[in-house]
Amino acid sequence: MSRIENFSRREFIKGMFSAGAFVLGARMLPLKVLGDHGQASAAEPVAGTAFHPSIWLGIEPDGSVILVAHRSEMGSGSRTGVPIVLADELEADWKRVRLVQAIADARYGSQNTDGSHSVRDFFEVMREAGASARMMLEQAAAQKWNAPVAECEAKLHTVVHKPSGRTLGYGELASTAAKLPVPPKENLKLKPRSAWRYIGKKTSLYDIEDITTGKAGYGMDVRVDGMLYAVVARPPVLGGTVKSFDDKEALKVPGVKMTATIDPYKLPYKFQPLGGVAVLADTTWAALQGREKLKVDWEHGAHATYNTDTYRQQMEATARQPGKVCRDIGNVDAEFAKGGKVVEALYYAPHLAHAAMEPLVATANYRDGKVVIWTGTQDPQEAQNTVASLLGIQKENVTCHVTLLGGGFGRRSKPDYVAEAALLSKKAGKPIKVVWSREDDIKFDYFHSSAAMHMKATLGANGMPTALLQRSVFPPIGSTFEAGMSYGEAFDLSFGWTDTPWNIPNIRAENGPAPAHVRIGWLRSVSNIYHAFALHSFEDELAHAAGRDPLEYILKLLGPDRIIDRKLLPADYPNMGAAYDQYPFDTGRLRHVAETAAEMAGWGKRPKTKGEGMGFAFHRSFLTYVASVVRVTVDNAGKVRIHQVDTALDAGTIVNRDTVLNQFEGAAVFGASLALMGEITATNGVIDQSNFSDYPVCRIDDAPEKVNVHIVESTAPPAGVGEPGVPPIAPAICNAIFAATGKRVRELPISKTKLT
Amino acid sequence: MITLKVNGVQKSFQGDPGMPLLWYLRDVLGLTGTKYGCGIALCGACTIHLDGEATRACVTPVKAAEGKAVTTIEGLATAQGLHPVQKAWIAADVPQCGYCQPGQIMQAAALLKSNPKPNDKEIDEAMAGNICRCGTYQRIRAAIAAAAKEAQ
Repeated sequence: MSRIENFSRREFIKGMFSAGAFVLGARMLPLKVLGDHGQASAAEPVAGTAFHPSIWLGIEPDGSVILVAHRSEMGSGSRTGVPIVLADELEADWKRVRLVQAIADARYGSQNTDGSHSVRDFFEVMREAGASARMMLEQAAAQKWNAPVAECEAKLHTVVHKPSGRTLGYGELASTAAKLPVPPKENLKLKPRSAWRYIGKKTSLYDIEDITTGKAGYGMDVRVDGMLYAVVARPPVLGGTVKSFDDKEALKVPGVKMTATIDPYKLPYKFQPLGGVAVLADTTWAALQGREKLKVDWEHGAHATYNTDTYRQQMEATARQPGKVCRDIGNVDAEFAKGGKVVEALYYAPHLAHAAMEPLVATANYRDGKVVIWTGTQDPQEAQNTVASLLGIQKENVTCHVTLLGGGFGRRSKPDYVAEAALLSKKAGKPIKVVWSREDDIKFDYFHSSAAMHMKATLGANGMPTALLQRSVFPPIGSTFEAGMSYGEAFDLSFGWTDTPWNIPNIRAENGPAPAHVRIGWLRSVSNIYHAFALHSFEDELAHAAGRDPLEYILKLLGPDRIIDRKLLPADYPNMGAAYDQYPFDTGRLRHVAETAAEMAGWGKRPKTKGEGMGFAFHRSFLTYVASVVRVTVDNAGKVRIHQVDTALDAGTIVNRDTVLNQFEGAAVFGASLALMGEITATNGVIDQSNFSDYPVCRIDDAPEKVNVHIVESTAPPAGVGEPGVPPIAPAICNAIFAATGKRVRELPISKTKLT
Repeated sequence: MITLKVNGVQKSFQGDPGMPLLWYLRDVLGLTGTKYGCGIALCGACTIHLDGEATRACVTPVKAAEGKAVTTIEGLATAQGLHPVQKAWIAADVPQCGYCQPGQIMQAAALLKSNPKPNDKEIDEAMAGNICRCGTYQRIRAAIAAAAKEAQ
């Protein structure tokens, strides 16, 4: 089922269900959807229909339940985890559920599988959709048996008549249920938590067998009749243009059919292609060979002055200057003026690339003003918008099919690669599959920001700080959407910066300007990465300055268990778009994960051997509370080995237990990669790295040897799990290195710091 | 013309003999289970068996497979069912995105063939050429150990 699905509304209605099938809510769909155009009209208002449960499921007379997976599968388990909530409320047997991957369609609401919010935003939607269908099936059984509905109970794909023990399968009830009205939301009876069948337990990924047998369909695996493969020579410097090119030799390569230019972007670049020259051929190999032979004379443009070494110095100088105040509690200046022991530190973290295992790839077929796309995208609706806008067509004329994603980490929510395929298909008059080489994938990323952070605290007589100044400088994500933007926005500053939970009277967070010279984009956990690195390293520094155990000191800094008063956070603090009363910052939950992780690791109890150290860091991000303790050794050559990571998390209500474990195990490895070795640099505007040779990521023999994950049981509303495991890892590793060696790492990656 | 066996089926190829097996398998034969990850033998996503040896298809020209037997992930299972490594992968819920896993599985199957009872260090050595960006390494290690035990 994970093979490429050509799924459109029309097929869903007409093809997926045979006559007599129970298509819950089909009557709610606008008529034109059932017409011949085949796909949903995005012109319909989202409100009122987008979150209506009725577009999510269907039941066949043979009892198969077909569920729509509307969010993308990139490894974080959303494709399984969201529909299984519906299956639970429906009392469906998961073994009899078939998933259909949705095309881009605004009526599903957000399909942007990003920001760790798939479960959070769709948990109730799925429950309501499942419950309404379940209640209609019970009603249908009651009708057939001429019995009161109270005597009829849905149980694992059948409805049971409790007094007589008679049963009817869901398939047998489908056509009767289809004639019943959908119960209004206020009449829905949701299952009690104690009756949950799948939620909170373990379910294997829907696609696991296809993945292990090589049958799973990724964007790279799409094949369309008559298609050509394209690789693109892109401007080496952002904003560069083609002065001239010579394709004579390229066209001589057997299999190469043609070349085509792609126009440069217009500011702001958003998700437009970078421009360049494409080589189109009948195999990927021929296209790659052809590009080797292509001669392009580039005009590099203004960003050819970008050198990350110089830029770092500028950012660090900015971080030492007063910046824009984004949170101000008490009076930091007055407290600093009193004198006393001052601790200051400057931290730096470099650009990073996403480097998902599957390089970017998209296939498009443009014909008669309409485009059909097959690609692994985190955000099919954005792909639709970007393509429509570039081709000057209505987005209703862009159909975007979603394959499995060979990793995403935020890169695949930026559909520049999809737009390339659509533009080239229009130019060539054929279906085109644009394949990015690994080198393209690394050099033409939307890079994670580099950042400089200046921290300053003054310590009182008891060794605890009385004031904190934290100043962060980074080229912002906003620069991708608004040319010239150089300050962070409320959202990227909220990620671990404007919500420091220290229980002290004076805190000021500031942000200084940094203009972007490469495309900046979000990467798994976003600015939490560098903010957590600075803040939680600094907490450890203060503990050592005070001569105290870091864990004990940091928990004291956190203060008594409390909900942080909303007024102590910036007025524009976004809280991940969640209502603060529903998802407040609860320091008790943060303390609890800290103590749990410390217990797991044997903090303070393990005899310290030479060169060994333990480090701790905790962080709330994506509304989830996470603490990690890392144990390292540093050998005589300064090589760091991570022996164990103990992570405790409180993500509220969880759906798929094993997915949560796997996400946090993986986050420890992702965090270790960026901490130990991740670095993207630029020389004269050109990215220096190109492949796993110069942009290494953890392998099995340098990843953490053992990652233990503990999920705190909670009935709080669900929070995120894909990203929040990452932020504590880098500071916990650096704090462990300090414990092992007495050397403080203030710069990532750690490989830059001499540890001997 | 180059002749070779792919998953037990005789094939002949008249195109560019320098084309890496990876693209021959994927673009010409349509066997897309073998993945492209780096193109220069750094990530292992394209791992296949060439006469039983784990081989990076992205740097192995088709001509190097002349007269040899290629097994891809699609050919790993037999009529008797999935390979023990595939079964172990499912039992341990190894995959996240899954893109690297065919390569990991092919590498692990070759390891167990040459060393039926590897210890953790031997597993790490054999698997160090296969990158998993999702970071499923400890499950990979556990699945290999379980498959080895199963085969005893």
